[in-house]
Amino acid sequence: MECVFGLVGKGFAIVAADTSAVNSILVHKSNEDKVMVLDSHKLLGASGEPGDRVQFTEYIQKNVHLYQFRNGIPLTTAATANFTRGELATALRKNPYSVNILLAGYDKGVGPSMYYIDYIATMHKIEKGAFGYGSYFCLSMMDRLYHPDMSIEEAIDLIDKCIIEIRTRLVVAPPNFVIKIVDQDGAREYAWRESIKSPDVSMA
Amino acid sequence: MLLLLFRLSFLSFFPSLSLSQHFAPTGTKPHHRISVSLNFKQRKQREEKRRMMMKLDTSGLESFSAAVPSAMAAAEDQLFAPPSFDLPAGCADFDKFQMEAKQTLKHAKGTTTLAFIFNQGVIVAADSRASMGGYISSQSVKKIIEINPYMLGTMAGGAADCQFWHRNLGIKCRLHELANKRRISVTGASKLLANILYSYRGMGLSIGTMIAGWDEKGPGLYYVDSEGGRLKGNRFSVGSGSPYAYGVLDNGYRPDMTVDEAHELARRAIYHATFRDGASGGVVSVYHVGPNGWKKLSGDDVSELHYKYYPVQPTPVEHEMVDAPPA
Repeated sequence: MECVFGLVGKGFAIVAADTSAVNSILVHKSNEDKVMVLDSHKLLGASGEPGDRVQFTEYIQKNVHLYQFRNGIPLTTAATANFTRGELATALRKNPYSVNILLAGYDKGVGPSMYYIDYIATMHKIEKGAFGYGSYFCLSMMDRLYHPDMSIEEAIDLIDKCIIEIRTRLVVAPPNFVIKIVDQDGAREYAWRESIKSPDVSMA
Repeated sequence: MLLLLFRLSFLSFFPSLSLSQHFAPTGTKPHHRISVSLNFKQRKQREEKRRMMMKLDTSGLESFSAAVPSAMAAAEDQLFAPPSFDLPAGCADFDKFQMEAKQTLKHAKGTTTLAFIFNQGVIVAADSRASMGGYISSQSVKKIIEINPYMLGTMAGGAADCQFWHRNLGIKCRLHELANKRRISVTGASKLLANILYSYRGMGLSIGTMIAGWDEKGPGLYYVDSEGGRLKGNRFSVGSGSPYAYGVLDNGYRPDMTVDEAHELARRAIYHATFRDGASGGVVSVYHVGPNGWKKLSGDDVSELHYKYYPVQPTPVEHEMVDAPPA
């Protein structure tokens, strides 16, 4: 099952997600990127049904870009989170999207923030959160080991501890994870944690 | 297994949808959701009416005792009662019987198809068996669909669904070429198909397809299914025989294979899947997509391949049979 988790540190926020695309017992792909870069300073980690996940996150991304084109300034993280929650809530009683979302962003003046948005449009502003079977192991670990204003090294160490715990204890543990970070310099990929590497194809 | 006949019944829903549905932006929810549920209500009402009419109308058959009023009427009722019989099983409710039959015959994508990218392009391979439940309805189904001269699609799931939507995709690709004066990319073609399938999500389409092609960026391979999933990758196998095919494919795969080696790997992987999976069989077709488009490499019957890979060993005879000596 898909694991997405993240936390807020001193001046940055991290979102990590597994990278397996699974269909019943079959793993189609072990390097599927589930943390989308919404714009220069926002990350959207999503887990859920494959069609919904891609379509909904792309829809949010395009709308965030549209706002910036129309108004000349980017949306804040809080506004994006409320917009996302609104879309999920509107669709909920007609044609619900089955996507769980962790939205992380950095705003000038406010600093880093993270929002937890459920598939039934629950929204919370949080310091640390997790979705999926991995959350059973990560949440308690993060409760124990997290403290406010962690440095990047401490935060990555905590993320790695969570990944190791998931790999050790979850029966169908995903082998590979991607870690992305957002801080005042922007949103970018930080690292991949791979235990299974697929052979790369060199383009002719 | 592919459903050749039953799937066509789903096409009767489509005439009620307007053409504009296909061009709706993916962000908006399709409006036809409401009209489909109304049709469903109407269908339900018609089913109720039909069920009422199923009870036999026996008012025309009058009992003999009614014409002869006598004290023995009660006994005569049994002696001279008109012959009655139970309706045969399944006849009282035809619609439910049909639904049950459809459920038993509905098999999730009984087939084996695979495709992989290597340095020389893309190899696409598939079996050719169609089965309905335990009955093999055809051993010669074309499961690799030629969308246009440089793009191929594979078929798994409902045969009519795959054929129709691949043909539709071919039309859209051609329209794109005419409108933009350049070929559509594999990314674009697979996204077109994925968006269409996403808008029909939950309505019973059954499609598990791979779009393989060669465009300006080189070889491209995407997996698209009727749940709305779309994955970009280097190796995919779809169908009930896909785990078996993955086992052989993953082990033999190297990015720097020659075309012949890749051809043999694909053929071998499909053969092993047809050996173990009852829903796959028939003929292995292998196609290669290169910079100049696709080319069919081979079509081999799997039973012949079996004896080629595992030739019959002559077993040693332990005792020669000797004629009994004449007494």
